[in-house]
Amino acid sequence: MSGAPWRGAGYLAGGALLGAAVLLVGVALTAVGAALTLVLVGIPLLGALAFCGVPLAALERRRLRMVDPAPAPSPHRTPDTPGINAWFRLRVTEQATWRELAYAVLLALVLWPLDLAVLACAVALPALLLIAPAHLAAAGGPAHGVRPAKLWLVESYPAACGTALLGLVALLALAYPLGAYAAARAAFARLLLAPRDTELAASLAEVTRSRARLVDAFEAERRRIERDLHDGAQQRLVALTMGLGLARLDAEPGTPLAERLATAHDEAGRVLTELRELIRGIHPQVLTDYGLATAIEDAADRSPVPVDTAGTELPRLPEAVESAGYFAVREALANVGKHSGADSARVTAVHTGEVLRIDVRDDGRGGADPAHGTGLTGLADRLAVLDGTLTVTSPPGGPTVLSVEIPCRAEA
Amino acid sequence: MPSRSLRVVLAEDSVLLREGLIGVLGRFGHETVAAVGDAEALRDAVSAYDPDIVVTDVRMPPGFQDEGLRAAVALRTERPALPVLVLSQYVQRTYAAELLDTGDGTGVGYLLKDRVGQVEQFVEGLTRVADGGTVVDPEVVRQLLRRRRDPLAQLTPREREVLGLVAEGKSNAAIAAGLVVSEAAVGKHIGNILAKLDLPQGDGTHRRVLAVLAYLRG
Repeated sequence: MSGAPWRGAGYLAGGALLGAAVLLVGVALTAVGAALTLVLVGIPLLGALAFCGVPLAALERRRLRMVDPAPAPSPHRTPDTPGINAWFRLRVTEQATWRELAYAVLLALVLWPLDLAVLACAVALPALLLIAPAHLAAAGGPAHGVRPAKLWLVESYPAACGTALLGLVALLALAYPLGAYAAARAAFARLLLAPRDTELAASLAEVTRSRARLVDAFEAERRRIERDLHDGAQQRLVALTMGLGLARLDAEPGTPLAERLATAHDEAGRVLTELRELIRGIHPQVLTDYGLATAIEDAADRSPVPVDTAGTELPRLPEAVESAGYFAVREALANVGKHSGADSARVTAVHTGEVLRIDVRDDGRGGADPAHGTGLTGLADRLAVLDGTLTVTSPPGGPTVLSVEIPCRAEA
Repeated sequence: MPSRSLRVVLAEDSVLLREGLIGVLGRFGHETVAAVGDAEALRDAVSAYDPDIVVTDVRMPPGFQDEGLRAAVALRTERPALPVLVLSQYVQRTYAAELLDTGDGTGVGYLLKDRVGQVEQFVEGLTRVADGGTVVDPEVVRQLLRRRRDPLAQLTPREREVLGLVAEGKSNAAIAAGLVVSEAAVGKHIGNILAKLDLPQGDGTHRRVLAVLAYLRG
């Protein structure tokens, strides 16, 4: 015997308890609310009662897992702004809220008595028959006699055992109808409480929007870090090297002091160089000041492999697009330098009305596996948020071409 | 180089660096007649004090983008003879190009801000710009050298090294001292380079620098 009927029984027992509780609390709150309506405070209380389906439905969706392994996500959307008012304003417009209220009413008035009745027939009754021998013994033996489930009189142990056997057979025979009822009951709950297709589409759109917001926030954060480093650490380091430079002028040449100052001065200079590289990796200032075309030339200037960027002329594009395009070129050029064995590379970037297209082509040996580099995967994710695409073609023997396409309009 | 006291207008929004630079300039006998914190004030100070040279940061309020550079270019357009030294937190070939295109490219400097830590070289560069020279950060020159490959491939490594130093605005004597060779040897290298790149021979250091930079910028 599998566990399904038992889980079904548990599901129904929980449903019966919950339904009874909902009925009690619901009646009590309605009564209090109605009474208080006279002094006005009852009106909001009754209004809030209309939303009682929401938490109940959340609980019911969790309980569904006992009998139905398919996921039942919430049909509700997340409010854009925090606070209880925003929550109510959103919920009141959602169809799901009213389906959940309907479920709560049905549960309190119809479903839980039904659950209880099914449990009584399929579990309680056979159980009472099953324990007939014990019942008889407890009552004081055959001399007294018992009436299990008030059905018939049992006055001997053989009769009690027969009754128990009957109970066992009934329990087994009714287990599957019980399971079927529980499944039907769960399907009904799912019908009312699980998200409809339109709600799923809405939540998908919401996820897409929130991902875009996340990327924007990420971008803003990078710029903030760059700015903080530039205004803080970098300035202080420059001032420090200046101070050390002046101190070196004042130190007697050839003395240990002069040597130590020279060492400290050089070290500070190296830290400054490192910091400058670090800042450029976070968010290059040239991108903010001059836009993508110039930033691509800048990246090309720093590439160990000669890069031709002729014909790269672009209007200013939305910040997120420029940033994604720039880091795509950087990643591509880094890969050219590291893996391709190429002697030269070529970057072309064009914006045709609605789409930015960047190609990075090298004359290397090809055979690059896009799935290999984590850099490319991260890049593809970044582009996906902008509805952009990344394609890499790299036949053995080359050439390798990395293409990026991002739909976008030029900034006015 | 004849040491004379320069009257400097300084534009730098960080108080820390402004004070530091005033200190460095003062240590070498130059007077900071005005120290300002934004591009607007820079223009006013130049009108008010008519300085020998302007030293300005690129990134300044209010937008913290390239206000200092814009101001420098505007000043140079108004007064092509005004020497301007621009300090930048990071190397940007485009910035250097914009500056060199103002006036006839003389009396202009573009240095990485880090260089002010090398106080002596920094002040030497400053005086060179004030005297009408052209000073371009070695980092910019390195970028330019990396860009133009074709005819540069004919140069020997030593010649490329010399070319870089020429582009930075170094005199023959300074190049010779830097590479620990005789001035005559440097002169021979430079002759070869100019011939290979088809650039005009001779002339003064400044014109030579400009020719080389113009060539590198393509």
